[in-house]
Parts: sequence; structure tokens; C-alpha cells
Amino acid sequence: GYLDDQFVQLEELQDHANPNFVEEVVALFYKDSSRLLLNIDQALEKKPLEFTKLDGYMHQFKGSSSSIGAKKVKAECTLFRDYCRAGNAEGCMRTFQQLKKEYATLRKKLEAYFQ
Amino acid sequence: NTAQKKNKTENCLSSPKTDMFPAGLRVLVVDDDPTWLKILEKMLKKCSYEVTTCCLAREALDLLRERKDGFDIVISDVNMPDMDGFKLLEHVGLEMDLPVIMMSVDGETSRVMKGVQHGACDYLLKPIRMKELRNIWQHVFRKKIHEVRDIECHDILDDFQMMRNRSDQSDDVHLSSGGDLTVRKRKDVEHKHDDKELGDPSSAKKARVVWSVDLHQKFVKAVNQIGFEKVGPKKILDLMNVPLLTRENVASHLQKYRLYLSRLQKENETKSSFTSIKHSDSSSKDSTGSFSLQNSVCAQQTDAATGGYGCSANNMLAQKVDRGICNTESKGIISMPKTEHKNLLEDISDPQKASSSSHICFSHSFRSVERGVAYSAFHYSIPAQYSWSSPGTQFNFRQECRSPLHETDSSPLSQLPGFQRHIQVDHLQPAVSVNINPPMTEKDKLRNVKIDPVYAKCSSTNPSNMTSVARTADSFLNQFDIHKAVKTQVLEPTSTVKLNMKIEGLNQDSIYNLEPTQKSLNLGDESNFVSLNEDVHVQRLEGDGYPVNVGGYNIEVWDQNDPPKLTGDVPLHLYDMLRFDFDYLHDSMECPIIEEGLYIA
Repeated sequence: GYLDDQFVQLEELQDHANPNFVEEVVALFYKDSSRLLLNIDQALEKKPLEFTKLDGYMHQFKGSSSSIGAKKVKAECTLFRDYCRAGNAEGCMRTFQQLKKEYATLRKKLEAYFQ
Repeated sequence: NTAQKKNKTENCLSSPKTDMFPAGLRVLVVDDDPTWLKILEKMLKKCSYEVTTCCLAREALDLLRERKDGFDIVISDVNMPDMDGFKLLEHVGLEMDLPVIMMSVDGETSRVMKGVQHGACDYLLKPIRMKELRNIWQHVFRKKIHEVRDIECHDILDDFQMMRNRSDQSDDVHLSSGGDLTVRKRKDVEHKHDDKELGDPSSAKKARVVWSVDLHQKFVKAVNQIGFEKVGPKKILDLMNVPLLTRENVASHLQKYRLYLSRLQKENETKSSFTSIKHSDSSSKDSTGSFSLQNSVCAQQTDAATGGYGCSANNMLAQKVDRGICNTESKGIISMPKTEHKNLLEDISDPQKASSSSHICFSHSFRSVERGVAYSAFHYSIPAQYSWSSPGTQFNFRQECRSPLHETDSSPLSQLPGFQRHIQVDHLQPAVSVNINPPMTEKDKLRNVKIDPVYAKCSSTNPSNMTSVARTADSFLNQFDIHKAVKTQVLEPTSTVKLNMKIEGLNQDSIYNLEPTQKSLNLGDESNFVSLNEDVHVQRLEGDGYPVNVGGYNIEVWDQNDPPKLTGDVPLHLYDMLRFDFDYLHDSMECPIIEEGLYIA
């Protein structure tokens, strides 16, 4: 399961007034999350790593992911933040790669959903 | 904005929604995450709530101040780019006294605790469930109950009706300087007074304590006397010596005050010389809405629901201020007793700042703050660092003729770099938000806003309490570079005037938008602008019987370097907003003020 209960909630929110609600929300998510991912990517290139800043970005990203119920992505976010707090650069980099993979998978799944 | 306000007013007036409660609950959602904002909006709408969204804290504060009575509850994310969510929380608590719910994806106990400490009435974890949102009305309800002692349930519902009608006056207990308790009648609800002093028949319904300017002054005085470190509710209570004030009242007020002060001090240390109002331009400025702590800003902020006000005066202003320190009789004029806030004043060594001292004197009846009138933070940046908020005051604005632009060379303003924009507002649109938002192209221009309270009178049941600020007005003309002209609106005796005037500084997208009212009601001789001592009486609310006179203000913000055009560069920071809320039950006329009252030197 890539998406949790939250996604179901979104579906339930969709109605006559907002017939494309889920799609709109997901679109917003893409936009926001892409931006955040870019920020994190750039921040990760600065050495030494600014953990506080990274943590901040990831916090935002986590929030964004939670909006559509991206379970796996969210889990990676938490892990990333743990590494940030521990000051573990290696861990951060690794987790981020993993996160991006999950994110990519998620997007594919969502695209399929909207077909 | 005007249209919205108008609609809202009409809507409110048209249908009391008590039976549908909590439907129609007016929620303000603040979140920088656009996805969540959209989701929350939808969820809240599904709960039949009335939703307004905001993605920036500053924007939210502006909105809240603008529509003092426009929201029932605020939901805000903890992490926001322009302002810490906790800070927003504080502000809302102090200025508007609305229940605030915090949200975050982070559920760490320490964070949650911090939220509660800062006054959040709840802390929700993202992802947020529908059922959590459905229940938020209980916070609104609970707050109401706590504020009104011994109130019966149906009365509370009446409260909500009042809120929606936006023309209600809650029955607040006003503690005047003399320690007398005056109670404002509630408009619609059974008139119950808790006014032992006046000998009114006591009723089951007690009123909540309104922290009037006067009362707050006493409070601050007591605090300073005791010594901030050693202060405690009991000590303060004793020193204040105000009958009927309870230890709890003081305790809760102290808590808010403390929070506010600590925030102030932090900002004082780190702030730049400009206060920023609109986020759009002032990314770096971390000015607080109502406490603009730019040099010499002394903000004395009290709870919005309690008729507090924040003011800042700079040391230079001291003398002037003193002059302007009107007596604070039971409905006296409120001036900024800066002496009491000296410790809050920032260093004024900077000549820029030192120059302008702004002083606003206005009288207002300490009426129900939250519903009736809201005087929000009003601050200017250099030179006049001014933060001032006095919610819950009702005003009559006199119509003022336009006075010529004052180029007071002697004024410290001449030392000011940057621009000064001159704006004169002639008319004030009742029940409409008057926004002075010059479109700006550049951020950091100085704007001098001169505030000239043309006249302020206030009367309550004691006409003798009327004090005129007129005498101080002239002195201000020369001293200050900020003039704000506001036309007063005289209403028919039984109507309440709701005047929303928001002078919003400097927003790139903003335009001057002042809607004056063409109606000059019962003012008699309209041409009699210059007379500073004109008496304007307005009966406040039906059944209320407290005539209120208001001082007029001359607001002229001029832009020296900028040729007369609205696309000026006005520093956002100049002033946040000055908001006067009047409930104007009758038609509100909308006239674009730009044509009439606006001119830029």
C-alpha cells in the first residue's frame, strides 16, 4: 500500500461541487513536493550539510506527503529527519535516494489511478 | 474586500443561524502548504463551516484585524515561512482572543506542549480527520462559556447569533479608572447587568472582564511596581485595587502579557528598522502585526476581547505624549502612557526613529471589544514606530476637511530618508474595510504616517467624562508626520456604526481603496471640518444607550519622493493597520475614496 487512509478521505471529499477534487489535490501535491525535493537536492550538495535546514525542508515535505496519504514516502521522511537530528550525513543521503525512488513509484501509481 | 465585507454584513444581518449551529462557524485556516490548505478548506466546508484560507501568517493577522468580528476560530499550522505559528497564536490570543487550533505533521510532545503553553486550545496532527474538524466548534463554545460566568445555555447561543450578526455587543464589564464597573448591555439578549456600582438590578448573567486601556495601564503599572521578575497575580491584583477583578482575571492576563513581552523583546533585538506588514514585500521583516517593534515602539497590547491597545511612542515623543495622555476616565481618551512602557521601548538613538513620534489619541468607549469595534494594531515604521491596537472601541469619525499637506520641515521627518507618502483619507466607509493599499513597487521606502487625532471625545453615561483630544491635535500636527484623516460617520441615534478602516501599508498588489461614505449623517454642518471640537454623538447600539464620540483622525501619509501617483513605494512596515470597526446596520455607501480623499503630494 502506497497510499493510506488519507487518500480514502480525499476520495470521500470529492463531490458534485468538486468533481475533480482528488485530481486537483494530487496536482497541488506534485507541484509542492517537486519544489521541496529540489530544495533538498540542492541543500544536500552543500557540504558540510546544514542539518537544521534539511530538517526543515523535510518537515515540509513530510507534511505535503501526508496530505495525500503517501505512506511509504512519509516513512522515508521520518527516517531522513532522524538522520538529520543525529547529524548523520551518510544516512541522510542514502535515505533521500530511497525517498526519491518511493516518490517516483508513487507518481506512477497515481498516474495509473487517474487513467 | 469591500464587496466581501458588505456581503458578509448583509448575510449576517439577514439570518441568525442559531438553529443551525454550529453550521456557519467562521473558520480561518492558515497553512503554507497549498495541498493541505485545499484539503482543509474542503473538509471544513463539508462541515458546513464558513471557511477562509490564508497561506501566510501575516496575511492571516491582517485579515483577522480587518474583520475583527469576522471569525470564530483560527486553525493554523505550526510551521510557516513568514512567522512562527506560535507567535501567530500569541497575537491572536492577545489581540482577538479567538480560539486557535494548531496543526502539524510533527506530533512531538514538546511541540504540543509548547502549543498549549502559548494558548492553543487544541493541537491536531496531520493527517487531519474529518471528525476532528467537525468538533472544533466546541472550542468556540467553551471559550464563550468561560468568558461569561453564570450564563445559561440559551444565552450562549444568543451569543453566537450575536456574533454572526456582527452587531452585537457582549455584556462586558468595563473597569474604569475609578474602579467603577460599568456594564454594557447586550444588544439583543435580555439585558442583564452585572453592575453593582451603578445599582442596576443584578442578574444571573455576569459579564466578562474587558481589559480596557485604563485597566491595562493599571495592570502594567502594578507589574512594573512589583518588578517584572517578582510579579504574581495576587500581588498585581492587590496593587491594582480594582473591585470585582479576580485573581484569575489577572492571572490569565498576566500570562498573555508575559508572552507578548518576551516576543517583543526578542523582536526588539533582532528587528530591522522597518516594520513590515505585508509579507509580500517584507520577507525579512519580522514585524509583528500589532507590535511593531521598530525603534521606539512601545506596544502595549491587551487582549482584543478586552479592549486593549498597543501603542508605541518614542522617547522623543515623551513630552508630546504626555501632553496627549488624556485622562482615562471611564470613557476617556486613551493615549499612550509611554512612561509605563519605557522598558519596552527600543533604543531610540537612531535619529531616524527619534524623530517622529506618533501619538494617537482617541477616545473610545470601552465597550464590548470583540464585537463592536476593533482597533487593531496600528503601527508605523520609522519614524513613527507605532504599534497600537485597541479593540473594542467604537468610534465616530468626524468628517474632516482635507488639510493641506504638512511638510513639517522642523519635524524629524526631514531627516528621514526615503519616501513619505501622503495619503489623506477623507471618508470612511462604514461597514466596509477601508484599505489604503498603495501599489508599491519598492519595499523600503519610508513612509511617514502622521496621525493627528483631530478630536476625540468620549462620553458614556457621564457626559462629563468627555475629554477632548482636540487640544493635542494641533500639537501633533507639528510634531508628527503622519496624518490620518478620517471622516467621521455620524449615525442615527439608534444605529451602530461599524467602521472598518484598514490602512494597510504597503503591499505590492495593494491599492488605495478607501470607501468613504457620502452620507454624512446628522453631522449638521459638514463643512465644519476644521473645528476640532465638534461633537459627534452616536448612540451605540440599540438599547445600549451609551453615546460614543470618536476622535477623528487625520491620516496623511505622504510620499515625498514619489510623484503623485498611487503606485508609490510605501514601506509595508510603515503601519500595519488601523482598524476601526463599526457595525453599521444601515446601508453602507461605497464611494471610491481614491477620487476624493486621496492625494499624494
